[in-house]
Amino acid sequence: MTLATYQSAIMKIVLARDEAPDVRTLRLRFAEEADRARFFEKYRVGMFGLYGVPGAGESTFCVASPPTRTEYIECTFRRTGRVTAALADREVGQAVTFRGPYGNSFPIEAWKGKNILFIAGGIALPPIRSVIWNILDRRKEFADVSILYGARTVADLVYKDELAEWGSRQDVRLVTTVDPGGETPDWKGQIGFVPTVLEQTAPSSANTIALVCGPPIMIKFTLPVLTKLGFAPKDVYTTLENRMKCGVGQCGRCNVGSVYVCRDGPVFTLDQLKHMLTADM
Amino acid sequence: MKTLDANKLSDLAAALAAAGYRVVAPVRDGREIRMQEWKPGAAIDTSAVPVNSIKEFLFPRCEVIARYRLEGDDFSPEPVATDAPKTAALAVRPCDAAAMVMLDKVFNWEYKDDAWNARRAATTIVPVVCTAADQDCFCTSVGGAPDATAGADAVLRSADGGRKFILQPLGPKGQALVAAAGAVLSEGDAKADPPAQVPVRFDAKAVTEWCGGNFESPLWREVSLACLGCGACAYCCPTCHCFDIQDEATRTESVRLRNWDTCGLSLFTLHSSGHNPRPDQASRWRQRVMHKFRYFVERFGGLACTGCGRCARLCPGGMAIAQVCKEIDEARKAVVK
Repeated sequence: MTLATYQSAIMKIVLARDEAPDVRTLRLRFAEEADRARFFEKYRVGMFGLYGVPGAGESTFCVASPPTRTEYIECTFRRTGRVTAALADREVGQAVTFRGPYGNSFPIEAWKGKNILFIAGGIALPPIRSVIWNILDRRKEFADVSILYGARTVADLVYKDELAEWGSRQDVRLVTTVDPGGETPDWKGQIGFVPTVLEQTAPSSANTIALVCGPPIMIKFTLPVLTKLGFAPKDVYTTLENRMKCGVGQCGRCNVGSVYVCRDGPVFTLDQLKHMLTADM
Repeated sequence: MKTLDANKLSDLAAALAAAGYRVVAPVRDGREIRMQEWKPGAAIDTSAVPVNSIKEFLFPRCEVIARYRLEGDDFSPEPVATDAPKTAALAVRPCDAAAMVMLDKVFNWEYKDDAWNARRAATTIVPVVCTAADQDCFCTSVGGAPDATAGADAVLRSADGGRKFILQPLGPKGQALVAAAGAVLSEGDAKADPPAQVPVRFDAKAVTEWCGGNFESPLWREVSLACLGCGACAYCCPTCHCFDIQDEATRTESVRLRNWDTCGLSLFTLHSSGHNPRPDQASRWRQRVMHKFRYFVERFGGLACTGCGRCARLCPGGMAIAQVCKEIDEARKAVVK
């Protein structure tokens, strides 16, 4: 008998791409069809998994690809420690371990016919990117799609090819920005912090759902702007991350108060956040 | 009723071992009494609360959850066997037995933990009613009792002034154990000794309530100042169940291990970015108390503390969770006045 809860699937790397300094994307294909089928039966956008390299360990990231693309999954991560270094050093053709999907998801089925506003900063685009593609792959079901994405510098913007693609689409409104001083001579986007640019572009809150993901400081200053623009707390979504080991509500470290990010989240509305013990975050 | 002479617990252990049980019992180990696998010749000693709980026999300190063969940059999974021997946990404390019921909830919350459940199913828990308690015992403050039978498959009661034990089965596993004990037990009458008197030291409901509104109270800093962050309290605790998952590898093999961990350690919640949601010992102690007295109540409908007092006996800083709860209880009363 084995511990089924912690049993990982074997994934083959079919594509690896450097997105920004120390930020890498891996496209992973399930070695076993049964694992692939089991994954996509459960996977809804917003869920996460644990990616690992035997000998190094496991790390938690969102699934950065949408459930509408069922041949593979992608993850994008920054190289910061032992596990992420081992994952980043893996090459196309080599394998990694994966278990998941875990957690709750963005309720996009309830968003049909609504405008969707995505706001992301830096390395926090990946958990939003899966939702963007999920919505774009089912474009007709939703109204306007707007994306506001910022990073410290031009080099730190991730998914540059996809930003270009979204920017050229007629059915997507994309605004990119970099922090003052982070621009290059040929930079054509905005210059300014995400909350400032959000206030300047002032998207309408009517019939609109907002998704915000970024570093805590960006979130802190973005939420008041959204409130000012008239967004109701129940219509503003974010996805949290805490250190996790089990992913299934047992190991006891991701909780914020009595809320388990792995099990009750990672997706929360601003309304829910207001009732959480944010000093524990 | 089934009885045996008080000095015959080792005979009972021997009979159960002969019947195929792994017997876990309190055995004197130098200056300490330790729950350990009983071996012939070992003297079972029920005179004090053992330093460790029975948790480790159901939830090992370190457990292999995955194994991989490494070949260069390639790897292939290997099967992992979970060890779940038929076990008799003999003369455990009622507070330990009660704790296993709490852990059942955690390990079956949403995802079923096969290893825990297999070991739990294979284990017969036989608490011994406490006829003495020390100054650190506080089971009666957290809904327990020295003669409580929560989580018990059978119960041992001291009788006839300590000269005998009564072994009373409480369910099918207990009946199977009594049957396996065979002739070691005799049929006869004995008068159970009164259980220990354990004074109620604080109002647990009040602590739960206070924790709901005092996340940022200065009390957390005050009560945690003596904490060295060693984690001994969690390791000896029968209900602490937080764990870490780490890989260890040689050149040819890698194992993924589930290891005991604790919210008292500074690395527990540290993000790779350097951010730590619980940056100081005050926030870690708050987590420890809140988890046991508030969050567990919210999520599982009970306290995650059974009042065994081990954490207080072992703490090198002289801290005691019962004392912290008492201070909380008093702080609450001060506010009410």
